[in-house]
Amino acid sequence: MINRSIAPPSKEIEQIKLIEAAKSELSNGIPVYTINTGSQQLLKIEILLNAGSVNEHKAITARATNSLLKEGTKKYSSSYIAEQFDFYGAFLETDCSKDSACIALYSLNKHLSNVLPLLSEIMYEATFPQNELDVYLQNSHQHFLVNNQKVDVIARNYFAEIIFGENKYGYRTKEEDYTNLKQDDIKAFHKSYYLNNSPTIILSGRIDDTLHTQLDNLFGKSVKTKKQQHSNIQPISSLQQKHHIDKADAVQTAIRIGRLLFNKTHPDYFGMLILNSLLGGYFGSRLMSNIREDKGYTYGIGSGVVSMKQTGYFVISTEVGVDVTNDALKEIYYEIKRLREELVSEEELYLVKNYLLGTFIRSADGPFELANKFKGIYEYGLDYNYYTQYIESIKAISSKRLNELANTYLQEKDLVELTVGKNN
Amino acid sequence: MIEFSTFKLENGLRVIHHFDNSTQLVCLNILYDVGSRDENPKKTGFAHLFEHLMFGGSVNIPNYDEPLQRVGGENNAFTTNDITNYYLTLPANNIETAFWLESDRMISLAFSEKSLETQRSVVIEEFKQRYFNQPYGDVWLLLRPLAYTTHPYNWPTIGKEIKHIEDAKMEDVKSFFHTFYNPTNAIMVVAGNNTLEETKLLTEKWFAPIEGKTKKPRNLPKEPKQIEARTLTVERDVPLDAIYKAYHMCKRSDADFYAMDMLSDILSNGDSSRLYIELVKEQQLFSSIHAYVMGDLDEGLFVISGKLVKGIQMKDAEKAIDAEINKIKLQLIEDDELQKIKNKLESILVFNQMNILEKAMSLATFELMGDAALVNHETERYSAVTSNQLQNAANKYIQESNCSTLYYLSKKN
Repeated sequence: MINRSIAPPSKEIEQIKLIEAAKSELSNGIPVYTINTGSQQLLKIEILLNAGSVNEHKAITARATNSLLKEGTKKYSSSYIAEQFDFYGAFLETDCSKDSACIALYSLNKHLSNVLPLLSEIMYEATFPQNELDVYLQNSHQHFLVNNQKVDVIARNYFAEIIFGENKYGYRTKEEDYTNLKQDDIKAFHKSYYLNNSPTIILSGRIDDTLHTQLDNLFGKSVKTKKQQHSNIQPISSLQQKHHIDKADAVQTAIRIGRLLFNKTHPDYFGMLILNSLLGGYFGSRLMSNIREDKGYTYGIGSGVVSMKQTGYFVISTEVGVDVTNDALKEIYYEIKRLREELVSEEELYLVKNYLLGTFIRSADGPFELANKFKGIYEYGLDYNYYTQYIESIKAISSKRLNELANTYLQEKDLVELTVGKNN
Repeated sequence: MIEFSTFKLENGLRVIHHFDNSTQLVCLNILYDVGSRDENPKKTGFAHLFEHLMFGGSVNIPNYDEPLQRVGGENNAFTTNDITNYYLTLPANNIETAFWLESDRMISLAFSEKSLETQRSVVIEEFKQRYFNQPYGDVWLLLRPLAYTTHPYNWPTIGKEIKHIEDAKMEDVKSFFHTFYNPTNAIMVVAGNNTLEETKLLTEKWFAPIEGKTKKPRNLPKEPKQIEARTLTVERDVPLDAIYKAYHMCKRSDADFYAMDMLSDILSNGDSSRLYIELVKEQQLFSSIHAYVMGDLDEGLFVISGKLVKGIQMKDAEKAIDAEINKIKLQLIEDDELQKIKNKLESILVFNQMNILEKAMSLATFELMGDAALVNHETERYSAVTSNQLQNAANKYIQESNCSTLYYLSKKN
C-alpha cells in the first residue's frame, strides 16, 4: 500500500533554457529577429512599429489606422485581401496598444509565399477608403456602447484615467471620438508611423532559409528610415483617493485598487512582481484564498504589476456581489496590510518561488511564446540577461526584502480605489 | 499528426500517452464522462458546482492546489453540457505529483461542509458575473429552453437558476461523486516530455488500486423533432437589438457534422465569409454576425447570431439572413469557396496542435467519441465533403420550422 497522504518526491527547477532570437538585417537596415523552432509546419511573422496611441494627435487614430490597413490598398480591394488570406488558411491579426502597433501574419509554411506579398502591400500601400472607414467607425462605436455596459470595462477605463491623469496613457475613449475621426487623420498617421518609420520584424515557428530573401524583396528595398520616437508622457495620478462610478442596475461591483508604479527597467520591478504574485498573482494567492476560497465574495480576484514603455502600474481587480462590496474592500486592505506588517513564512515563499519558476517555463513553451518573451525585452531595450536576473531574483528574494517592498510601495495612503456599481 | 499509445487498467481507466520532447513540460488531462446533461432537471448546475468542489481537498490530501504549485504546476478545469475536464501542466520531472493528486480525488473527496458552502457562493457570483452582469449575458438562459423542450440541453451548464445552486446539499454531492467519479467513467491523457514506460508505471502505481465500477447507462430523453418555428421576444437594457437563430442539427459524431461546420464557416468564418461581406460590409445591417455549430455530443444546434446596426428594423435584418440561407440551399457552393474552407479548416487544425494541453484535450474528446485515433482523420473528413453534401445538409437542417429564434431588443426608454 502506498501512503497517499505524503507527496511524492519532487525536484527543484534548476536550469531554464530559453531559445534566443537570432538577429539579422534587411538591406535597408530593418532588423529581423528569428526564433526557428516548433513541431508544426507553421510560422508567425510580426511587424512591430512605434505606432501606438501615445503618438496620435486625435483620439482613436492609431487603432483605426492599424485596423484599417487590410481594408483596401492601391492595388487591391478590402474583399480581395480578405479572400486571399482566407483562401490560403492564413490569419491576419492587427493589434494596437498605447505604446505600439503590430501586424501579425500566421500561416502554414506551404502557403506562405501566396500571402506574404499582401503583408507588405497592406503595410505600405493602404488607402483607407472612406466607405470602409465609415463601416469601421459605425461598428466600433456600437462595440463601444456594448462594452460600456460592463462594469469591468468601465472600471478599466476610468482606472487608467485616475492613475495616469490627462495624457495619452490616461485617455478614456469618448463616444464623440467615433464621429470626430477623419480619413485625413488616418492618412497622416499612416504616413508618419507606417511609411516614415522603421519597423522590427519578428519571425517564430519553422523558418525557411529562403524567407529572408523574400522579406528583403518586400520590406528591404524601401529607403532607410529612422524609428519614430514615443511622445513623452508625464503621468499625474488623481489626488482624490476614492472614486465611484454609479451603475444602478449592476448585480456586481467592479473594484480596482492600485497605484502608479514603474516599468521593468526599475531595480525593484522583480521584487514587486514576486510580491504581487504572493498577494494576487495566482490561484493560491492571498487575495484568492481569502476573498474567493474562504469568503466566497467573488468568482475571481487578481492583482498585477503592469509594465508600459514609459511607466507602469500596480492594480488589484475583481467583481464582487453588490451586498458584499464593503466586506470585500475591507479584506483587500487587510491582505495588503498583512504584507506590510508580517513576514511571509518560508513555506509560502518556497511555494510561490517554485510556482513562478514553473510559470516561467510555461510562458516560454512554444515558438510564439518565445517570440513574446523576446518582445518583452526588446521593447524596453533589454537583453536576455533580464530573464537570467529574473530567475535569480526569484531564487534569492527573502521575506525581509518582500516586507520592505510592501512598506515602500503598498502604503494605504498611496493607493487609489475605484468602485463601479450600485451606490452604497 | 498526433502519435500516441493507449492502454487500459483492469478497473476500466482508459489511458492515452503522447510523447513530445520539444517541451520541458508535461500535461495530465482527465476527462470525466459527465456533464450538465446528466443532471436532475430540478437540481441543475450541479456538474459544474461539483467541478469547483473537486478543488476543495480529497480524502488524503487536504489541499489540492498547494502541493501542485509547490512543484511549479498549474491546473484548471471546465464543465460543458457533455463533459467535465480537469487538466494540469507541470515541469516534466515533477509529473508524479500530478498522478498523486488526481488519483486521490478519484478515490474520494474530503466532502468538507465549508468547501461546499464557499463554492456555492463562488458559483453564484460566477452566475451573476457571466449571466446577469453582462449585456446579452442571459441569452442562453432563454435560448436553451426555447430550443429544447425535452432533452437536458434545455439548461446551460451554470444551471437554470441561482436557486438550484443555493439548494445544493452534501448528500447530492456525495451521490454525484459516487455515480460519476470513478476509473470506468474517466479518460486520462498524459502528454509531454515523459516516456510511455514512466506513464505506465505511475498509472499502475497510483490508479490501479482504485476500485472500478459499472458504468451507469445514459438514458437521456430524446428531443422530439421540431415541426414548427418558435420565437421569443425579450426587452433588456442593452444598446443594440440582437437576433439569435438556433436550428437543431446532428450529433458531433455524425457524418453531417462536418458539412454543418463547414456551412458555418462559409457563412461567417473570416472577413471574406458571406454574412460578413454581405450583411456587415455591403448592406450594413449588422455590426457583427456569427454562425457556428455548438459541437455537442448529442443532437446539437447550428446558431446564427448578430447585433443589428442602430436604426435597422428586425424584420429587414432577419430577411437578409434568410436570403443568405436560401442561397446556400439553392446554389451549389463553387469549387474555390469550398477549397477555401477546407484550407482554412486544415490550417486551424494544425495551429490547434501546437501545445501539449490542446493535444491532450483533443485526444481525450475523440476517445470519448469512440476512438482517439479519429483525431488524426479530421482533415480528411472535412476534405471529403462535397458541394452536394453541403447543399443537402443545409436543406435538411436549416429550416425555419426547425428553428428557435430569440429577438433580444433594446429597451426603449
